[in-house]
Amino acid sequence: MSDQVETSSSRIWVFIEQEEGKPHPVSWELLGAAMRLSEELPGSVVEGVLLGHNVAGIAPQAYRYGAKRVYLIDDPLLETYRNLPYGHGVSKLVTTYKPEIFLFGATTLGRDLAGTIATRVQTGLTADCTELAIDPKQKILAATRPTFGGNLMATILCRKHRPQMATVRPRVLVMPEPLAEAEGELLRETLDLNESDIPVRRLRLIPGKERVNIEYADVIVAGGRGMGGPKGFKLLEELAESLGGVVGASRPVIDAGWLGHDHQVGQTGQTVRPKLYIAAGISGAVQHTVGMSGSNFILAINSDPKAPIFQMANVSIVGDLYKVIPELIRQVKGTRSGQ
Amino acid sequence: MALLRSYGWVRCTDKYDLDCAQQYENRRFRKARHVMHSVVAIKQVPDTSNVRINPETGTLIREGVPTIINPYDIHAVEMAVRIKEQFGGTVTVISMGPPKAMESLVECIEQGADRAILISDRRFGAADTLATSYVLAHTIEAIQEAGPIDLLLFGKQAIDGDTGQVGPGVAARLQVPLISNAVMIESFDPVARKAVIHRKIEQGVEVIETSLPALLTVEKEIAAVKRAPLPNLINAARYKPELWTGDAPVPFSPELVGIKGSPTIVGKAFTPTPREAGAILSVAEKGLSKTVADVLAMIVQANVVTFPNNNGGKQ
Repeated sequence: MSDQVETSSSRIWVFIEQEEGKPHPVSWELLGAAMRLSEELPGSVVEGVLLGHNVAGIAPQAYRYGAKRVYLIDDPLLETYRNLPYGHGVSKLVTTYKPEIFLFGATTLGRDLAGTIATRVQTGLTADCTELAIDPKQKILAATRPTFGGNLMATILCRKHRPQMATVRPRVLVMPEPLAEAEGELLRETLDLNESDIPVRRLRLIPGKERVNIEYADVIVAGGRGMGGPKGFKLLEELAESLGGVVGASRPVIDAGWLGHDHQVGQTGQTVRPKLYIAAGISGAVQHTVGMSGSNFILAINSDPKAPIFQMANVSIVGDLYKVIPELIRQVKGTRSGQ
Repeated sequence: MALLRSYGWVRCTDKYDLDCAQQYENRRFRKARHVMHSVVAIKQVPDTSNVRINPETGTLIREGVPTIINPYDIHAVEMAVRIKEQFGGTVTVISMGPPKAMESLVECIEQGADRAILISDRRFGAADTLATSYVLAHTIEAIQEAGPIDLLLFGKQAIDGDTGQVGPGVAARLQVPLISNAVMIESFDPVARKAVIHRKIEQGVEVIETSLPALLTVEKEIAAVKRAPLPNLINAARYKPELWTGDAPVPFSPELVGIKGSPTIVGKAFTPTPREAGAILSVAEKGLSKTVADVLAMIVQANVVTFPNNNGGKQ
């Protein structure tokens, strides 16, 4: 334990997720949220928690997103993510420094780890939050999350146990602007584990097919059941390409096998917040809209004038997809070729 | 089978010896090993595709909403049954929930499970993930007193709460390895007490070797659910799941269950604020070309995208 660390201040912690030395952008989104929470909690300080092997180079990035201090455990045993050593290391930091609030990305890694930490230190964890705020009266974290497939929102409080933990999906929070320069303090801690203490080891990694990264796309052209079959997605691809975007889909499309799971937007897929979201043949079930309602601009195209998606779109077209989309492609490409 | 070859010290010189060694090992295996035992935790959930919200109170209308076994959990049961088919032994299914959840447990017996336990008590109500993981972990410990457990299977998340935290919580409490998002069991060796599991992560599929017992939270790919065979259905029709309460057959600490054991509370619940609806243009009224042109003009005006290719060649 380091002496220069003040013991009285209330710490807002963000887990800085990295794999193969690359930080996950959700870490910066969380630091942005932590900075906003910190404004509501006088005397609080935003800090990062970083585990891995040879990852100290990530800390300065965390300072630029607002972390005043980064706690680092750098150990060869942390080369790849494993629940046990990461759980051990992070729990140890929590017990030593007693943060008030601790935020994780709701990624595969973050969910795996956060559930373990919360149980080890016996505290409350609110999963998959869409909004984080400080309750003005009680000065505690008010974490809002969708439940029952997005039909209901619930604001969860954790009154007596610390830290107050929450996970947030990538792209739910806005990405903050990093400072050009920022100073911070790096505090190294030790893991104190041996390989023989860890009953799990990675034998190999089968890399996925080139993954479609829809979470961070600026333009998404998404199709739903109304596309009628896999063929129409060629058209969507062409439109997406002409707009510099990617193709998304609602769940029925994935269930029918027309597109891979990587493309799925919604409750059981990805959360996205592109600048432009084009929803073609998507009726607008809440399970879908919960994953895309953060989009800046939504264009909905549907032949059914009563489609619920029209209630949330910035502009909607009632018409036949197979006429509207080719026309969109034609006009978008037309402007390119010289109007 | 791979598990029989795992003893390095059996030297075989010819076919006859090999058979003898196998027979010896078969005997040894049966004698030395307890019966293979998997425990699966399931949850009965409202079918969220049918959920309706009372717009005035902002609460869930439970009446008339069908309940189902959490979709991921059925695949966990199926996986346990397949392991039983290969290695023998038993499958126990446990669930914390209201008495109605008995139905879901009986369905698991149809699926091929041998024993089902409902842990149900009014005092367990309104439990968050910490209190739920206590009840399940405590139940598993009690089951374990009768004999060791080799494998714990959970669905990766429940479709009503969607937290995915209960499995990791139980693994932490029982201090067994956690393998979340498991998609395949590549090999399973109850004698050497090791398994190789594939789990889905963001970069692809991670292949890990783990000691047993381990706790897996499973994706649907882990095992395709088969139709329940007739003998199972007959079995299930006669089967009554065991009912465990807060006091018997094992006592649960009252301060660790239900509301008391839950650090989190729901401050408020509300229906999501809808976005505002914008203009709705009809192709039938305006004509195709004009409609699309107007929409593109609005997109440009909203300044959300600069069409990347528009002026690429020109400027």
